[in-house]
Amino acid sequence: MSTFEALIAAQDRVEPRDEMPGDYRATLVRQIAQHAHSEIIGMQPEGDWITRAPSLRRKAILLAKVQDEAGHGLYLYAAAETLGVDRDDLLEALHTGRQKYSSIFNYPSLTWADVAAIGWLVDGAAIVNQVPLGRCSYGPYARAMVRICKEESFHQRQGFESLLTMSRGTPAQHAMAQDAVDRWWWPSLMMFGPPDAESPHSARSTAWGIKRFSNDTLRQRFVDLAVPQAEALGLTLPDPDLRWDEERGSWDFGTIDFTELREVVSGNGPCNEVRIGRRVAAHEDGAWVREAAAAYAAKQGTRGAA
Amino acid sequence: MSDGSLLWEVFVRPRRGLAHTHVGSIHAADAELALRNARDVYTRRGEGVSIWVVPSGAVTASSPDEQDSFFEPAGDKVYRHPTFYEVPDELQL
Ligand SMILES: [Fe+2]
Ligand SMILES: [Fe+2]
Repeated sequence: MSTFEALIAAQDRVEPRDEMPGDYRATLVRQIAQHAHSEIIGMQPEGDWITRAPSLRRKAILLAKVQDEAGHGLYLYAAAETLGVDRDDLLEALHTGRQKYSSIFNYPSLTWADVAAIGWLVDGAAIVNQVPLGRCSYGPYARAMVRICKEESFHQRQGFESLLTMSRGTPAQHAMAQDAVDRWWWPSLMMFGPPDAESPHSARSTAWGIKRFSNDTLRQRFVDLAVPQAEALGLTLPDPDLRWDEERGSWDFGTIDFTELREVVSGNGPCNEVRIGRRVAAHEDGAWVREAAAAYAAKQGTRGAA
Repeated sequence: MSDGSLLWEVFVRPRRGLAHTHVGSIHAADAELALRNARDVYTRRGEGVSIWVVPSGAVTASSPDEQDSFFEPAGDKVYRHPTFYEVPDELQL
């Protein structure tokens, strides 16, 4: 048995300088990069509302939340770089569409209530997805996920609180909250990926200890958490088939339209072009800052020995 | 690196009385910016009272391949542990 196989069999952690199969390394690079890209693209739908937040309190909260997402992206790019790739190359792959990010961020945030719904549902789904990754077999990825999950809890709670405030507000505010939930519910369920039967790489990722639970298992876990939360919010979920299954001890839910997911993944979502366009523009607009910093460091002779 | 930045390893002292611990890495053009970036990325919630940044290339590490032989000299020296010695139970020793 190779050292790698022994580590995986013992549910021990693989660390950067360990020998590992090329496919394991490639799978991790793809997954961690896609995850990092999702964090930084995910800044956009909510970032749109920073200047329009209804109070200073909400603005400060939203700013901190969007900053956290930037931080999550950086933790994850750092984890990816331990596998021997360069952050610049990963960003290049994002900008040219060679690597993907989560499709959820290709939906628009139309009203202020969307910011709340994103926090509650999108960050909520992310938590369900990410908590098991805190125990994944690759050490740097697992450590980044533990750090991220600690911060996600604030994201979800501020969203829930904001949504609750709106739901209990004027009829117009309540309607706005309901409309946001109606639009974000199904895309949130799609965040868990295709159904298990159509998830080609799942078995291998599970064998390698990267994936701990199947897409459908995590999706069900999320639904079971969200239904009572929606009730507490005084809002409904847009699924007539939602009903409690006594035998399973879980909520049954309707059929997900995965053709929509495939459309959005392949670039035909409402905001795909806007998101990448803005990312590339931000990168290019920031070029002079990077150049200035490098020139200053060279002049001062303060660059490290590396 | 093509964006003109270097890679730095970041170590944070969570609070006085504890040692600096490795938390991850950061990109920055120089040491001063590396410290600031590290503060913004790794201590947004008071996770530290002191930060070290070290150019990643300056770290020399033992090789995981030789892990067994490298640490082997410690393996057979059980007499370095207090539990190796038999002493009367009733004494505080
Ligand atoms: Fe995040
Ligand atoms: Fe988040």
